[in-house]
Amino acid sequence: MTAAATQRRNARTAGLAALLVAAMVGLAFASVPLYRLFCQVTGFDGTTMRATGDAPGGVAGKKVSIRFDANTAPSLPWHFKPVKPSETVTIGERDIAFYTAKNLTAKTITGSASFNVTPVWAGKYFNKIDCFCFTEQTLTPGQEVRMPVVFYVDPKILDDPDARGVSEITLSYTFYPVDQPKG
Amino acid sequence: MTDTTANASHFHAHDAHDAHHDADHKPSFFARWFMSTNHKDIGTLYLIFAIIAGIIGGTISGIMRAELAAPGLQILPNWAGGSVDQAAYLWNVLITAHGLIMVFFMVMPAMIGGFGNWFVPIMIGAPDMAFPRMNNISFWLIVPAFLLLLGSAFVPGGLGNGAGIGWTAYAPLSTSGSSGPAVDLAIFSLHLAGASSILGAINFITTIFNMRAPGMTLHKMPLFVWSVLVTAFLLLLSLPVLAGAITMLLTDRNFGTHFFDASGGGDPILYQHLFWFFGHPEVYIMILPGFGMISHIVATFSRKPVFGYLGMAYAMVAIGVIGFVVWAHHMFTVGMDVNTKMYFTAATMVIAVPTGIKIFSWIATMWGGSISFQTPMMWAIGFIFMFTVGGVTGVVLANGGIDNNVHDTYYVVAHFHYVLSLGAVFALFAAWYYWFPKMFGKMYSEVLGQLHFWIFFIGVNIMFFPMHFLGMQGMQRRVPDYTDAYAEWNHVASLGYVIMAIGLIPFFINIFYSLLAGRRAEGNPWGEGATTLEWTLSSPPPFHQFETLPKID
Repeated sequence: MTAAATQRRNARTAGLAALLVAAMVGLAFASVPLYRLFCQVTGFDGTTMRATGDAPGGVAGKKVSIRFDANTAPSLPWHFKPVKPSETVTIGERDIAFYTAKNLTAKTITGSASFNVTPVWAGKYFNKIDCFCFTEQTLTPGQEVRMPVVFYVDPKILDDPDARGVSEITLSYTFYPVDQPKG
Repeated sequence: MTDTTANASHFHAHDAHDAHHDADHKPSFFARWFMSTNHKDIGTLYLIFAIIAGIIGGTISGIMRAELAAPGLQILPNWAGGSVDQAAYLWNVLITAHGLIMVFFMVMPAMIGGFGNWFVPIMIGAPDMAFPRMNNISFWLIVPAFLLLLGSAFVPGGLGNGAGIGWTAYAPLSTSGSSGPAVDLAIFSLHLAGASSILGAINFITTIFNMRAPGMTLHKMPLFVWSVLVTAFLLLLSLPVLAGAITMLLTDRNFGTHFFDASGGGDPILYQHLFWFFGHPEVYIMILPGFGMISHIVATFSRKPVFGYLGMAYAMVAIGVIGFVVWAHHMFTVGMDVNTKMYFTAATMVIAVPTGIKIFSWIATMWGGSISFQTPMMWAIGFIFMFTVGGVTGVVLANGGIDNNVHDTYYVVAHFHYVLSLGAVFALFAAWYYWFPKMFGKMYSEVLGQLHFWIFFIGVNIMFFPMHFLGMQGMQRRVPDYTDAYAEWNHVASLGYVIMAIGLIPFFINIFYSLLAGRRAEGNPWGEGATTLEWTLSSPPPFHQFETLPKID
């Protein structure tokens, strides 16, 4: 083989290898939206589902206790808590729960809430019809608001072997400030 | 097109003509070592670099073992102005530096850059690497990378100077938890080291695919070349993911993105997934070239061809492939459901199959062989023993259920030091003694080599074996202090470090003694067992080898 032919072959091999590297870099960055999509579709890591229709209707006699948890980021001076710490709901039935948030400062602050449920596998059965966490919340100085979350627990949870013997699901929110320079 | 061909044949003829004159005319010192395009010289540079980095990384582990020799903080506060918080932060900086230096600046440069550069072209009968200048860039990228990492120790990080984020650099500790430029410098250091390795990997793949001598088919390639080929592919597929992940860390830190920040809708767990998608193949990157070296050494000193050549080659391919689908076993405790844990447990255990094929094939190679226990063979047998111990604890750790108990304990530290600190390092020492006569043309001292092996072997076992007990008792890693209950075995482990350090004295004496006063080595000092192409050349090989390509039948 002539030197030129070898050089061409070498350049082609190296080029293919470089393409592979570029593809893997692309994959690394594509993993960010893909991971989010994966969690939303599968309920992985306790990501709750978002329901558009109405609740399927209660399954008589099947109840589950829902605990409500509220956290605020240290940089957000709000007082945020559930109205009732827990309630027992019928599986499949639509339910509404309230949280309150109060702005403790003299400034108008916008916050948004991240959420998940524990145990994490319950995420795919926990359907929210409406939630204050779907949008950003803006509180004027000293303002206190009641915020609803409308949800139901999918009756399919009754068929899941993992769910056997579990009678309690914790729904947790953490409020973060929006548009604040990071410290 | 015709023009190019004509030109090329002209250059070709000119080359051949030149070679007659220049065979022994090496470039001047500066041109030879600082602008080197010769694969053997670059390999030597990599080995020198790895030894220096190893001394620094090993000294850091000495400080760590000294601090851990007794409960409480004894040594670090002296260097941290007496402050306990500063001392604890200094500890974080030390473990970070130890991990990064040993992985990126000692094992990888020695295995791939050092021995890979030296022997892959020779073993496939090629005159040099496919891209000699790119080879030079690879080396001269890793030097500033190392300087950046060392420099990060002198600028502010989180609580004090330096990057105290662990070699894994988990967010949010590495983002909102560590203000100051130290972590940025460490990230840049990894970027450069990664670029260096990716260029090197492209070079190896091109060399191995296109530059083999006539008759050297893939299925006749020496196993060390196979191992470097698989390693190069692992580098190519995994390092870009690390580069992406740490770039996200960088933008999270400096440009207000929220890739790993829950307050902006990001997820810190995603960083762990990305890191370990790189990190698990990385551990095979560190050990696979060692597998290749051990195969040659065991075959040479048993005077038998290696048992099950094809099985050995494809076992490495299998390890490389499966290595990409087991990453989450490093993060069993992040809250995975049972099914996910079951998958990652099972997939991880599957790796024991090709690894077992390799271990048993090495033993089968020795079986019935005419074995001579010279220094390289001692290190190779030591490697097989150590790697098997580390492999067994690896199967234990692969269980998601057991991992809940021992995650982030010294059991894990013992496991990965048995496979890396003892596995990879034993393979490196084996290769060092095996190829020392070839690389430098002088025989090493057998007495000093044996002394090095036995003291080092005893030392590292005394150091790392008690860590299994400490881990089972619940001592967590990455903490400089512990309760009195762990005092005794920690004391023993620190004594083991001292023995290991003494074991390195004959190693360094041996280098100087052999280079200055060693017996001249013949082309093949190991006899009929050494069958690969490097032993057909003189020791050391000519500056340019294989001007007429060897034919393999």
